[in-house]
Amino acid sequence: MANLVIAEHDHGSLKAATLNVISAATAIGGDVHVLVAGHNASAAASAAAQVAGVSKVILADGAAHGNLLSENAAAQVVANAASYTHILAAATAYGKSVAPRVAALLDKAQISDIIKVIDADTFVRPIYAGNAYATVKSNDSVKVLTVRGTAFAPAATSGGTGTVESVDCVADSGVSSFVSAEVTKSERPELTAAKIIVSGGRGLGSGDKYREVLTPLADKLGAALGASRAAVDAGYVPNDYQVGQTGKIVAPDLYIAIGMSGAIQHLAGMKDSKVIVAINKDPDAPIFGVADYGLVADLFEAVPELVAKI
Amino acid sequence: MKVLVPVKRVVDYNVKVRVKSDNSGVDIANVKMSMNPFCEIAVEEAVRLKEKGVVTEIIAVSAGITQCQETLRNAMAIGADRAILIETDVDLQPLAVAKLLKAVVDKEQPRLVILGKQAIDDDANQTGQMLAALLGWGQATFASKVEVAGDVATVTREMDGGLETISLKLPAIITTDLRLNEPRYATLPNIMKAKKKELAIVKPADLGVDVAPRLTTLRVDEPPKRQGGVKVADVAALIDKLKNEAKVI
Ligand SMILES: Cc1cc2nc3c(=O)[nH]c(=O)nc-3n(C[C@H](O)[C@H](O)[C@H](O)COP(=O)(O)OP(=O)(O)OC[C@H]3O[C@@H](n4cnc5c(N)ncnc54)[C@H](O)[C@@H]3O)c2cc1C
Ligand SMILES: Cc1cc2nc3c(=O)[nH]c(=O)nc-3n(C[C@H](O)[C@H](O)[C@H](O)COP(=O)(O)OP(=O)(O)OC[C@H]3O[C@@H](n4cnc5c(N)ncnc54)[C@H](O)[C@@H]3O)c2cc1C
Repeated sequence: MANLVIAEHDHGSLKAATLNVISAATAIGGDVHVLVAGHNASAAASAAAQVAGVSKVILADGAAHGNLLSENAAAQVVANAASYTHILAAATAYGKSVAPRVAALLDKAQISDIIKVIDADTFVRPIYAGNAYATVKSNDSVKVLTVRGTAFAPAATSGGTGTVESVDCVADSGVSSFVSAEVTKSERPELTAAKIIVSGGRGLGSGDKYREVLTPLADKLGAALGASRAAVDAGYVPNDYQVGQTGKIVAPDLYIAIGMSGAIQHLAGMKDSKVIVAINKDPDAPIFGVADYGLVADLFEAVPELVAKI
Repeated sequence: MKVLVPVKRVVDYNVKVRVKSDNSGVDIANVKMSMNPFCEIAVEEAVRLKEKGVVTEIIAVSAGITQCQETLRNAMAIGADRAILIETDVDLQPLAVAKLLKAVVDKEQPRLVILGKQAIDDDANQTGQMLAALLGWGQATFASKVEVAGDVATVTREMDGGLETISLKLPAIITTDLRLNEPRYATLPNIMKAKKKELAIVKPADLGVDVAPRLTTLRVDEPPKRQGGVKVADVAALIDKLKNEAKVI
């Protein structure tokens, strides 16, 4: 058995999500190799080689990977996939864009968003917004998997003794090209890696109120900020704040849900948090059904008081 | 320019499904079925491109059981011109759906295929990317803005750290995200008109596609239940619990 992990990186460093994928690969068993497809990405490759459990890093360095386009990344994976039984990526925007392309090019099924490895062929994945867990067995010779980060502890970033091997970079596909990026700037921890998340919903009423009320609490707790779809749709915060079935899946030690009702789609993204706090003025809001500590209160009074007393 | 919009019939997003007591699957007998919300967004985007004069014909296609005809009628009520049902009782997996759609693309020669980013039942998030790979086309997943001019589509995508804009050479694949548009409601006159639009039915065998499943679902379980529902009296009590009981702050 041999696993190929598709690294997610910014050329200079490895994205945290890759560490969870490496853990999933380790749970499957056999060799764990990491493919870094990037441009001037030797720093990301050396970082990957040091991750515990990684025995080899394959570095495909070239201009075609400068903007991490899915078409080129998938072609690169396929070019180097010959000896692997398992090909894994993170269930992130990048991994979700690349892995199904790889699977189709190899004529293999993909199992999305695995949360548990039963054996080399069998995996557990959530369906129906996490309201059911399906145990799925693959009959294909090669398994293409995406991994839900919150379900696998990150591998240690040191202790590995992997070697870095360079391979030829694929040619640019010519069918897509990068135009621009609008990166959300934040000094805060990344949502999917944060220990504490302060998350706001439509109850905040506006973007100004969202910032005015929630920022002091997040500052005090060193927390990341999240939101419901309703808050994103209404423009209070950028799209990458959305937690839920169709947004980000998070599982921090503490999730504070403020002014949000607790729709199924939202719960799907945060119900594996260790401790959930809900602050809502409606005592019947469904969010209280999953909250370890519910506070029925007007958020505009309760949150500032919380900031003052914590 | 022709555009193809694959639409999927799924359990309505408001339904909370139950796992069957024999753990063979989820119970979807007698629950409300609807068009996958991301597919509605895809149809709406195609209609807007037609209203802008970029698109001349919209073909909706669905793969699945006879009842998927309702979903296709719904797509035509929103504005699709005609529809194709690829009828089968087999549990279709994304790779099979992508192969079926490729066969339809080969026949219809659309310049653009707009799909949902994920279906809210199986949450696979695969079909569009797989179709793009099979066709050798470019793809823009998670679209929140689409502009088509000449032979190029410029698409803004919702990424984990913000937004990214890429440009695709047509023909190409786009998958929709939530912020792309707000789908219109089908009006009664349009629902009536949709009943008269063409709906062709084909079988996977007609398209020469093997749809045999590659994955077997061994069992389906309820996720572990959370013990929620505890309320605290006030902010002071909340802080006390977080510090001394949960020890998370
Ligand atoms: C295809 C699809 C995908 C979706 N994906 C997601 C997803 O990924 N993530 C997601 O979050 N949603 C998702 N949704 C949307 C979801 O169904 C809900 O509409 C959304 O989560 C509601 O957001 P909310 O709780 O902020 O708003 P509401 O449901 O409007 O709740 C607002 C809450 O604030 C409370 N409130 C108001 N004022 C105050 C106050 N002063 N003090 C205290 N409390 C107050 C109210 O009592 C209410 O409970 C999706 C929907 C669809 C159809
Ligand atoms: C009750 C039930 C039980 C099932 N049981 C199993 C099972 O035991 N094992 C199993 O492997 N699968 C099973 N399936 C099938 C599986 O759930 C999915 O339908 C299939 O894997 C496709 O995944 P997806 O729709 O999440 O794809 P996604 O890739 O998330 O879909 C994205 C987009 O692709 C397009 N698309 C997807 N499917 C279709 C379609 N049929 N027609 C037209 N366009 C489409 C749509 O535009 C959609 O928005 C079952 C389905 C149902 C409803």
